[in-house]
Amino acid sequence: MHHIDLTDQPIDVAAALHAVESDEAGAVNAFIGTVRNRSDGRRVVRLHYEAYPPMALHQLRRVAEMAQEKWPMLRQVAVTHRYGTLEIGDVAVVVAVSTPHRGDSFAACQYIIDTLKEVVPIWKKEEYEDGTVWVAAHP
Amino acid sequence: MNLTVALFGIAREIVGKSSLDLTVPAGQSAAGLLADLRTQYPALASLRSLAVAVNNEYAAEEVALHERDEIALIPPVSGG
Repeated sequence: MHHIDLTDQPIDVAAALHAVESDEAGAVNAFIGTVRNRSDGRRVVRLHYEAYPPMALHQLRRVAEMAQEKWPMLRQVAVTHRYGTLEIGDVAVVVAVSTPHRGDSFAACQYIIDTLKEVVPIWKKEEYEDGTVWVAAHP
Repeated sequence: MNLTVALFGIAREIVGKSSLDLTVPAGQSAAGLLADLRTQYPALASLRSLAVAVNNEYAAEEVALHERDEIALIPPVSGG
C-alpha cells in the first residue's frame, strides 16, 4: 500500500509514520526534508515550491512502484510533499517506508527520495534578502 | 492543430504566463515543439534541461503530439 500526497498545508510527520505501520515490519525508516537557512553561502529567507499536481502525483506513485519492484519486501510507503511558501525549518517532504528488516528500509527510503528529486515535477525557488533563484535551473 | 502547453517554474516566468495556446502542424513532435519554443523564447535554451510531458509522462523527442493531449513544459525539477 502506498500513501502518496501533495499538500499546501504543514506536513504531519507523525501521520506519515503511522501510515506505514505494519505488523510484518520490524523497521520503519523516514527521511524528512526541511528548509535550510543557507544555500551556496547565501542566506535563504524562505522557499517557494511549485508543483504540477497531476503529474507529480502520478510520478510519485511510479517512484513508489519502482521501489516496490526493487524491494519486494516493502510493506508500506508514504510520501508527502508540500508546496507553496515555506519558512526556515518547515518540513518540505517526508518519505517513510516499512520493511521486515532495517537494511532494506534504509536503502528503499534513500532510493525514493533520490529518485523523487530527479523525476517529480516540483520546483523550488530560493528567496534571499536580495533576490530569488530557481534551484538547479541553469548549468 | 491547436495545443495548450502548461508552464511551470522558471519556464512560466520566462514566457510570462502559465499556459500557451499554440497552433502547430499536425503530427508535431515533442522535439519540434521544444525547438519552436526555444526560438520564440531564447531564454528557454539556457536552461539545464527542458522536457515535454504528455498526459503526465515524460515524452521522448520523437513522440507525436495530439490535440487532446495534456502537454506541459518541464524545466529542471528541484523537489525534495
